[in-house]
Amino acid sequence: MSPRAAKAIVNGVLIGASLVVLFPLLWMLSVSFMQPGEASTFPPPLLPAKATLANYHELFVRAGMGRYLFNSLLIATALTLLSLAFNLSAGYAFAKLQFRGRERIFQALLGALVVPAQVTMIPLFLLMKWLHLVNSYGGVIVPALASVFGIFLVRQYARSIPDELLEAARLDGAGEWHIFLRIVLPLLKPIVVTLAIFTFLGSWNDFMWPLIVLSDQGWQTAPVALAGLAREHVQDNELMMAGSVVTILPVLVLFLILQRHYIQGLMLGGVKG
Amino acid sequence: MKRERAAWTFVAPALSVIGVFFALPVLAAFVLSLTDFDLYALANLKNLRFVGFDNYRDVLAASLFWKALFNTLYFVAVGVPLSLAASLGAALLLNSPLARFKGLFRTALFAPVVTTVVAVAVIWRYLFHTRYGLINYALVHLGIAPIDWLGDPHWSMPAIILFAVWKNFGYNMIILLAGLQGIPPDLYEAARVDGASAWQQFRFITLPSLRPVLLLVSVITVAGYFQLFAEPYVMTRGDPLQSTVSVLYYMYEEGFKWWSLGRASAIAFLLFALTLVITRVMLYLSRRGEAR
Repeated sequence: MSPRAAKAIVNGVLIGASLVVLFPLLWMLSVSFMQPGEASTFPPPLLPAKATLANYHELFVRAGMGRYLFNSLLIATALTLLSLAFNLSAGYAFAKLQFRGRERIFQALLGALVVPAQVTMIPLFLLMKWLHLVNSYGGVIVPALASVFGIFLVRQYARSIPDELLEAARLDGAGEWHIFLRIVLPLLKPIVVTLAIFTFLGSWNDFMWPLIVLSDQGWQTAPVALAGLAREHVQDNELMMAGSVVTILPVLVLFLILQRHYIQGLMLGGVKG
Repeated sequence: MKRERAAWTFVAPALSVIGVFFALPVLAAFVLSLTDFDLYALANLKNLRFVGFDNYRDVLAASLFWKALFNTLYFVAVGVPLSLAASLGAALLLNSPLARFKGLFRTALFAPVVTTVVAVAVIWRYLFHTRYGLINYALVHLGIAPIDWLGDPHWSMPAIILFAVWKNFGYNMIILLAGLQGIPPDLYEAARVDGASAWQQFRFITLPSLRPVLLLVSVITVAGYFQLFAEPYVMTRGDPLQSTVSVLYYMYEEGFKWWSLGRASAIAFLLFALTLVITRVMLYLSRRGEAR
């Protein structure tokens, strides 16, 4: 095979694969602008005959999607900020501070990674009920404030900080928290960005736990509300596609802007949660 | 010691959260699985009784559990190899020196990973629609009779597997790509000098070098695919004829539809044990294969 033919094949397959992979997303966008019922014809139209925003109007005015998106945004933002504080300080301490049982505790945390989340869900639901956190933002945020994966990621990164830097600051009489906030945090900036995206996307896309703990409509996140709509409105394809667009778009845009950090974290962590 | 105390102020908050909202629930789940915790106990704890391993016995005697187990194993056994093959194929293409616009293709192929599973499941449910779905439209063009993807118990699980491969392959693609980039180029150089074909290079250099990474992604993917839930919840509700009820879906229905929380805890533990055994066996077999 000539090099030119090989090059054409490799790039041709890549173009074909990318089109197949992106097609469902592009088509979702197209159908979301179709007139109600337009997509339920044969053969299925690729583009709307007359683009309309009717589905989005229906989605926000009648189905109350604005509220669900707001819930998702608030939960994901709060969880990202708060869990960063928990995971950064713990991850740094596991990498750089001396305390008794440090290695043993860390090994135990890593061991806990094999336990899948669903094992905890039923007792966690009862605990949340007892704490009056069922059907509240806290029900989703509080249990996720610290994560083994986050601590692990920060620890891996923080190990590269030179000890001499910290010792020098200690000799100058700086306290440990002062050192952490003034010297360490600026050095951890790349991993802060990475962990922030992971947490935000993870929280936004999370489904099973929010489904369990946010049964009341007013508190539901976008995916939970969308799943409810999907099980009710099996026939309203155009409306459902608009619902998918508004649910996916925020995370997809965020990923496109910050993908370098996301991919980097993927390589560094190797294993996700 | 002052520094020791300071260190604890860094780890104590995170460890408390993990202790209270993770470690404690895991232990409580086991205790719960030994009780008949249900709607009555939810109203008043006095109705709670210790029943030993009755829940496990009941679950193992329930035909729906075995059906769910079969469905889940089907999803894992077919879905994981397909996903990994797609990931490896895509990674090889992206790693090829002939490929252009690598960043662009990588982003396109990775995009489904960051999307919300519920939202894309809604799209795919529509793509799989028997009458208006584009997949059947394409099949008819190829001269294949339309398939009742989500309505025929023989096709419902393959449909969910196709969707899962599309959604997830990009994740392992990135990890495998990193593995491919770590293989020293002089290995290939030497092989070419010896006259090795492209296939021989793949078989005797690429695959052995990727072995540790492949094992890692297989184990993660198997563990992840055992937790099948959102896809059947949105696309099929476990139907038709319970052909897409997964173990986790069964647990959810027992726990949060029928409020048999004791029994649901037992199901969660059975699934956990199964996942652990299978991933351990994978690691063991791979280590034995290496020693040979």
